[in-house]
Amino acid sequence: MKIAVLSGKGGTGKTLVSVNLAAAAEESVYLDCDVEEPNGHLFFKPGNFYEEEISIKIPAADEKLCSGCRTCVNFCKFNALAFIKDRLIVFDEVCHSCGGCILFCPERALNEKEKTIGKIQKGISGQVTVNTGILNTGEASGIPIIKKLLDENRTNKEIISFIDCPPGSACIVMESIKDADYCILIAEPTLFGVHNLNMVYELVKLFHKPYGVVLNKCQDGENPAERFCNEKGIRILGRIPFDNELGTLNSNAKIAVRENEKYRTVFLSLLETVKKEVRHEAAVNP
Amino acid sequence: MKQLLILSGKGGTGKTTIAGAFIKLSAAKAYADCDVDAPNLHLIMDQNSEPGRRDFYGLPKAEINRELCIKCDRCIQNCRFEAILMNEEYLIDAFTCEGCGVCEAVCPVGAVALKPAAAGELMLYLDEGKIFSTAQLKMGSGTSGMLVTEVKKQMRSAAEDAELAIIDGSPGIGCPVIASLSGVDMVLIVAEPSISGISDMQRIIKTAEVFRTKAAVCINKYDTNPANSEMIEKLCRAGNLPFVGRIPFDPEAVKAINDGLTVVDVDCPSGIAVREVFNKTIKLLFDASTIAADI
Repeated sequence: MKIAVLSGKGGTGKTLVSVNLAAAAEESVYLDCDVEEPNGHLFFKPGNFYEEEISIKIPAADEKLCSGCRTCVNFCKFNALAFIKDRLIVFDEVCHSCGGCILFCPERALNEKEKTIGKIQKGISGQVTVNTGILNTGEASGIPIIKKLLDENRTNKEIISFIDCPPGSACIVMESIKDADYCILIAEPTLFGVHNLNMVYELVKLFHKPYGVVLNKCQDGENPAERFCNEKGIRILGRIPFDNELGTLNSNAKIAVRENEKYRTVFLSLLETVKKEVRHEAAVNP
Repeated sequence: MKQLLILSGKGGTGKTTIAGAFIKLSAAKAYADCDVDAPNLHLIMDQNSEPGRRDFYGLPKAEINRELCIKCDRCIQNCRFEAILMNEEYLIDAFTCEGCGVCEAVCPVGAVALKPAAAGELMLYLDEGKIFSTAQLKMGSGTSGMLVTEVKKQMRSAAEDAELAIIDGSPGIGCPVIASLSGVDMVLIVAEPSISGISDMQRIIKTAEVFRTKAAVCINKYDTNPANSEMIEKLCRAGNLPFVGRIPFDPEAVKAINDGLTVVDVDCPSGIAVREVFNKTIKLLFDASTIAADI
């Protein structure tokens, strides 16, 4: 069972919810796909961990073989190659690793070399397997890291896993929810929150993912996110109150369900609701 | 034109809240929302007219002509993105296709062609001499960096004479952030006093350094965790980064935003604090000597 947690807007509580659900589930897998700014590991502080570098393939020219014909330069749609002052120059950061330049070089002057763009860290915290993708600063795309994280989890059919997604609704989010059996959308009760909730709501519908909303930072009075859900007929899975104690625990990177029975109850009940939803989905849309 | 970019690394620290306030305080003639993934600035900028709209074409997408396709498999074998699906017919998954053109070039019968694909929409508001450039990326699209570059280009060419431009950025450190950094004079980083916020702040500071952009830091909701706020200030001192102020947690700020206002449109503690942050930031931005010293 794979549960993706996403929100559109940043700072609404994706990591709070995915970390605490994973901790409440006891035996579980937590995958941090927010590779640009991964934070789950700060909460889990996993032990016994090991690292694996993630690299992409970029072209490298053999100057002795290059005839300066510019076939590669003309082919590259990403403008990642230029022939300047009798030399072929590769702009690594815009290369998409499509391999076209190598395929079409008439002199076979191009080869591929590995370029490290980040890493995956794996460790254990209690009964939670914590897998974190980390993009190196200055690198443009974390997609290869997300792909690797999810690929490795693909064979896992038994244990429940939680996918902590990046904010937004662009390609990196799409990649992160690809494998998910269910999507939890986190919404905060602000105008910005609702506007961005609408975007991820459209995204999960586009990809035919079953979904429900968790309302975070709930206070007394009008909740624009709740109103949005009611208007659209979106299932509300649970409510997390706006609460100084929870805020402080979270800002100090403490896992609320491991610190306080009160929060354990909140997240256990949310976990049961989500599990029931996923089972229901599996029965209705196998 | 001096360009100030607001970034944060972590999402939800208050970039748009602060950008909106800065635009009001500076009466900036040019501003832009580069968070093309989840743009929100237009919700509080009170535009009086409809924007000029145009489609944004990112990279093209491949299309297979089924009548010509001989199912020879070459496109599938050479596609690095696994974007070609094989059912009864060959099909391109437009969300996965990155428009590299390898399939088109290897097809022996000319059945594959790259076709332009709209990847978002650019909007330009012209209100009483103010230029506001913004955009919305199409869902699941992968060309956010290119669209960010277009948003800035559109702003600059419409407001050539503006002295100051305020640009709201996106969270993270990847392609849209890198695209937004290019050509700006300074970045204001809005930090949040949480362990996550500190980690993310350090990563965005590093990113700004990689692209040699001058940066300053302020803390939003500093009073939600004074010890972590202290840590952020310490890190700034250690890294020789100008620290331009603290903004308190303020329920009035949420109310202002939900009414479509900025925090300086109402009388509230966060509004007062933002003014001070603004004054310090603008001084740093226009003070040529500090810029020279930092570069």
